[in-house]
Amino acid sequence: MNTTYDRNHIGDRPLTSKGEIYKENILDHYREPHHFGEMSNADLKHREFNPLCGDEITIYLKIEKNKVSDISFSGHGCAISQAAMSMLTDMVKGKSIHTIEQLQKEDILKMLGIPVGIVRMKCALLGLKTLHKCLAQIST
Amino acid sequence: MPSRTHDISLVKKDFPIFEYEANLVYLDNASTSQTPKTVTQAMDEYYEQYRANTHRGLYKISEMATEKYEASREKVANFIHAENEEIVFTKGATHSLNILAYGLCQDLRPGDEIILTEMEHHSNLLPWQQMAKQYELVLKFIPLTEDGRLDMSVIEDLINPKTKILSVTHMSNVLGTINNLEKLEQIAHKHDLIFIVDACQSIPHIHINVRQINCDFLVFSGHKMLGPTGIGVLYGKKALLEKLPPLEFGGHMVAEASFHEATWADSPYKFEAGTMNIAGVIGFGAAVDYLEGIDREQMMKHEKELTTYALNELQKLSYIEIHGPKTAENKGGVISFNVKGVHSHDVAEILARDNIAVRAGHHCAMPLMSKLGCKNSVRVSFYLYNEMADIDKLLEGLDKVNKIFFK
Repeated sequence: MNTTYDRNHIGDRPLTSKGEIYKENILDHYREPHHFGEMSNADLKHREFNPLCGDEITIYLKIEKNKVSDISFSGHGCAISQAAMSMLTDMVKGKSIHTIEQLQKEDILKMLGIPVGIVRMKCALLGLKTLHKCLAQIST
Repeated sequence: MPSRTHDISLVKKDFPIFEYEANLVYLDNASTSQTPKTVTQAMDEYYEQYRANTHRGLYKISEMATEKYEASREKVANFIHAENEEIVFTKGATHSLNILAYGLCQDLRPGDEIILTEMEHHSNLLPWQQMAKQYELVLKFIPLTEDGRLDMSVIEDLINPKTKILSVTHMSNVLGTINNLEKLEQIAHKHDLIFIVDACQSIPHIHINVRQINCDFLVFSGHKMLGPTGIGVLYGKKALLEKLPPLEFGGHMVAEASFHEATWADSPYKFEAGTMNIAGVIGFGAAVDYLEGIDREQMMKHEKELTTYALNELQKLSYIEIHGPKTAENKGGVISFNVKGVHSHDVAEILARDNIAVRAGHHCAMPLMSKLGCKNSVRVSFYLYNEMADIDKLLEGLDKVNKIFFK
């Protein structure tokens, strides 16, 4: 048996470390998400799916003077997708559309502060994808 | 090869994965099974010792490849009690069902009806859905009872003179439910319907006899029954395969071709266009040999014991909700469940830390999942190399999930 495949890592992510993904702050956001619920008078609204997991997120935005003055989301999904969305609402509320459009994968991973593997990356980034597509309605 | 008694330690020795991953608890067999050494050996032999195209070269290694390829067809035919020419090699069951939907629906008229069940995998739904749109056909579905079985009492009500096809899974990939093919066949043929069986989940475990089932077509994949990925079978009664038009056109499938016209080779060759997955076919033959070499009665008894034990233990846990039949009666080794309040991907991720492999998600059966009222679920599925200790490790893992999320 000779294999060069590293069975303890997937990419940079160690498979043996324990407990690191389900940190208390992640679980707090999952259990009691911030800005959760539908917004009846939203200026913009957009829904996205993650077909792999069945995660689903709808984002509602109020826009004032090129800023996101209010945000909420509804939907369901795994702890990672829901916590990432909840944290993202805190991060972008009051920010300019331009600033939000600049947000990237790395910003989300930094915000989450946990190692995210290749399979869960879509969960982590679903909120940002939904937000970007929601804002893209303005320019089109 | 082990026989008579089902000795797990002997069985596991046949599967190299358990040398590489000594503590692997592999509970995702309904998705794909593991590979015995004999299968990869057979494929290596082809690539290293007699690699050549089949049915074309007049030289020694091409004849060897052709002989091995056709020997696999014979093995598969014997395995399900069919004739050699009734076995078409495909990429897998999905491919087989696409050939059927594409070919059979060409003969239907707008308004004609096709009956499926609410428990079909997307592979036995989406091809029909697409054809229904193209030819204005109507799809109807046999509903499920509370405990996840087909409601046989209403089938006759779904049938009318416009009904032409009944296509059903033998065993649900989500619930493990084993359907009553005898009854379904009687109903289908009483009304002159084409009767198609998706045997993907059943054939790795249950002895299939197409003559006894009297199905018109039957499909399955190699990779769920110890074979390689990318190889599957379309079985069809000889006369029906002759009538069925091919889905793919190109090399090897023609009898005669000019710049403007072509006629097809006889079945099964008219369905095997282009250079086939030759190594896959040969590996598949080795997988069939392996299954023929073990005592499958003992294997099934063992799997039933695993299923019963897992069902009983899971039902003791208040935080677990099981979907589908709660006993192993007419149910294969497949159990779907949710940890209440926890997404199935989080469950799977936590189990994975202890090298426990389960499936999480919608299992390619989105309509069924919404019918069950859950967006997704965790699925465990057993095969010949699983042992009671695997289920104990699963239960320990689920306890960890519960503790992480609910303290």
